[in-house]
Amino acid sequence: MAEAITHSYLENTGRYKGILAWLTSTDHKRIGLMYMYAMMVFFIVGVLLGELMRLELFRPGQQFITAQTYNGVFTIHGIIMIFTVVIPGLAAVFGNFSMPLLIGAHDVAFPRLNLFSWYLYILGAAIALSSQFMGNGPPDTGWTFYAPYSIQTHTNVVAAVFGAFVLGFSSILTGLNFIVTIHRFRAPGMTFFRMPLFPWSLYATAWIQVLATPIVGITLLMVIAERWLRIGFFDPSLGGDPILYQHLFWIYSHPAVYIMILPAMGVITEIIPTFAQRRVFGYKAIALSSLAIALVGYFVWAHHMYTSGMSITARWVFSLLTFLVAVPSAIKVFNWVTTMYKGSIAVKPPFLFALGFIILFMIGGLTGLSLGSLATDIHVHDTAYVVAHFHYIVFGGVGFAFFAALHYWYPKMYGRMYNFKRANIAFIFMFVGFNLLYFPQFVLGLMGMPRRYFDYLPQFTLGEQISSIGGFILLVGIIIMLVNLFSRKGGKAPDNPWGGTTLEWSIPSPPPHENFDKLPVITGEPYDYE
Amino acid sequence: MEMHRDDIGARLGMWIFIFTEILLFGGLFLVYAVMRNRYSVEFHQAAHQLNAFIGTLNTVVLLLSSATVAMSVTAVQRGEKRKGVMFILITLVCAGIFLFNKYLEWGHKISIGLYPGSEMMIGLKYGYILFFSLYFFMTGLHMLHLLVGSIILTIVMVKIQIGTINAGKYTLLENGGLYWHLVDLIWIFLFPLLYLIT
Repeated sequence: MAEAITHSYLENTGRYKGILAWLTSTDHKRIGLMYMYAMMVFFIVGVLLGELMRLELFRPGQQFITAQTYNGVFTIHGIIMIFTVVIPGLAAVFGNFSMPLLIGAHDVAFPRLNLFSWYLYILGAAIALSSQFMGNGPPDTGWTFYAPYSIQTHTNVVAAVFGAFVLGFSSILTGLNFIVTIHRFRAPGMTFFRMPLFPWSLYATAWIQVLATPIVGITLLMVIAERWLRIGFFDPSLGGDPILYQHLFWIYSHPAVYIMILPAMGVITEIIPTFAQRRVFGYKAIALSSLAIALVGYFVWAHHMYTSGMSITARWVFSLLTFLVAVPSAIKVFNWVTTMYKGSIAVKPPFLFALGFIILFMIGGLTGLSLGSLATDIHVHDTAYVVAHFHYIVFGGVGFAFFAALHYWYPKMYGRMYNFKRANIAFIFMFVGFNLLYFPQFVLGLMGMPRRYFDYLPQFTLGEQISSIGGFILLVGIIIMLVNLFSRKGGKAPDNPWGGTTLEWSIPSPPPHENFDKLPVITGEPYDYE
Repeated sequence: MEMHRDDIGARLGMWIFIFTEILLFGGLFLVYAVMRNRYSVEFHQAAHQLNAFIGTLNTVVLLLSSATVAMSVTAVQRGEKRKGVMFILITLVCAGIFLFNKYLEWGHKISIGLYPGSEMMIGLKYGYILFFSLYFFMTGLHMLHLLVGSIILTIVMVKIQIGTINAGKYTLLENGGLYWHLVDLIWIFLFPLLYLIT
């Protein structure tokens, strides 16, 4: 033990050297970073594909890619961003790196299973990406793989679907690991209601991962069986039902939105009290609202299908539940804002990103309600309005929360600081670029611009061009941010650079391999600033 | 480095994994429910094509195998190593009998041209197609689980033999047994849904 304390987890002390020491490591901190590096690569690929679409849409008519290529591009953009970036997202990176630190544990409950999950993640991503280069061309179904088109198209759907299946398996195992870790590995004295709120949100997330992902798993297997064996479950020409596919798909894929956003909310809940130097307002309300979101979020899936053909009763029930799930989300927003009230706020980069999250998440959330109400949804269904809405949630919400978390825990991860001024400039570019990119799409959608089209009517030109320009400003912001973080120019980070009160700030930066020299004994609440 | 050992945690993890497996099959049961509701007459008639005798035999075989797994756990807890190994062996033999019967059933259907994607199948009424597709998909996925379970139990058996699973440390055996009970449980639902509701 004495030797372990002197070495940080970044130094190699094990049997292997160099990259092998990382690839065989079961240390939750290293696995978290390995997820992050892989995810950064996928994220950049996804961003570049998105920019490609924005270039194509800069002017009406075909510019430089064909309609079929465009279909392939938005499909793989969706698959990469959804299945390999935002769904594992904060849970895989910061859940692994920070959660055991926050609850005062040496590691997760099943470290080897944790490493296995990472390999499954890489394998699943590789299979999904192989769909681009093998078979009869890139899939063109959209990331939703809607039947019956997904069982009829000649493109290479099976690889993409199977990749998503493997990624789902990885997600299940991570969720399972986190549930057991949180139940069994909390530091002595840390009751559930003395636990910090990021682990709380991960706990709720993990249950969704475990209980919802198998449904999409079996659904994707059925799609493969449809294509290979013609089992006919979703094929109308054999008596099957395509709407049934939509139900099964969204039974997972709507809760998946909460798999993405709950850890994001958890991170924001860690950051706001630290930078306001104030106790979090309404601790129990925030903790329990995570569970409420997980629970109610399981029963709202069919709001994706108002125009697909459902009974009136089903539609209003799902609409009502959709409105209900907004309540716990709003509780969190009010609590964050109230936590800041009369706090001594230090506007540093993590706080700025957190603030950006709150604003963008609110826009995304409120526009979600106009999609959740039956009449307005008929008008904007499958338009650019939907595209704008979910990008405000998954990029404005999850993405900005990810960057907030990265700037927050970066000193702990590497034992190094970064340049605040450049981080702030990056934030401004990203925030402005993001809004220029997606806000016009709300307007375009209301005017009738359909989603997933590679061409548009001349009257949409202005909006599309503002959107494209915004896309490039956003890209510049992302580049500034990444260069700032990974140019390794910052000075040495203190153990507690932000004045936080949670356990990870009580140990050295970067932490030793075993995290805690002696397990901390918890006697009070996590956010004790008074 | 110290070795963490947390038996309760390991068991908790296994139970959560079993939830996911139940939900995996839950998706199929949902498809079955929808299709049965839509084509109830044809499902009723198609079920007559399945051999209820073989189905019942397999159910008995699987129930027996679950009992022997449970007996193996008790035997190992009492430190009776040889009995522990023997009971797992009986379980594996039961799994073999089950698979052999399934081979007969599937083989017969495939030999007369009744399998998903076959010309004969495509020509049938919708309800028949879906019933037999569900039959093959559900029992096929179940068989896959049975094979995985057999592999796990084989490993467990070897570990009992060499003594790494013993009266003081038997969580892996318990978890393997839990998985086996899951395989059994799913069959308990598949059997009436496919063979008995006629």
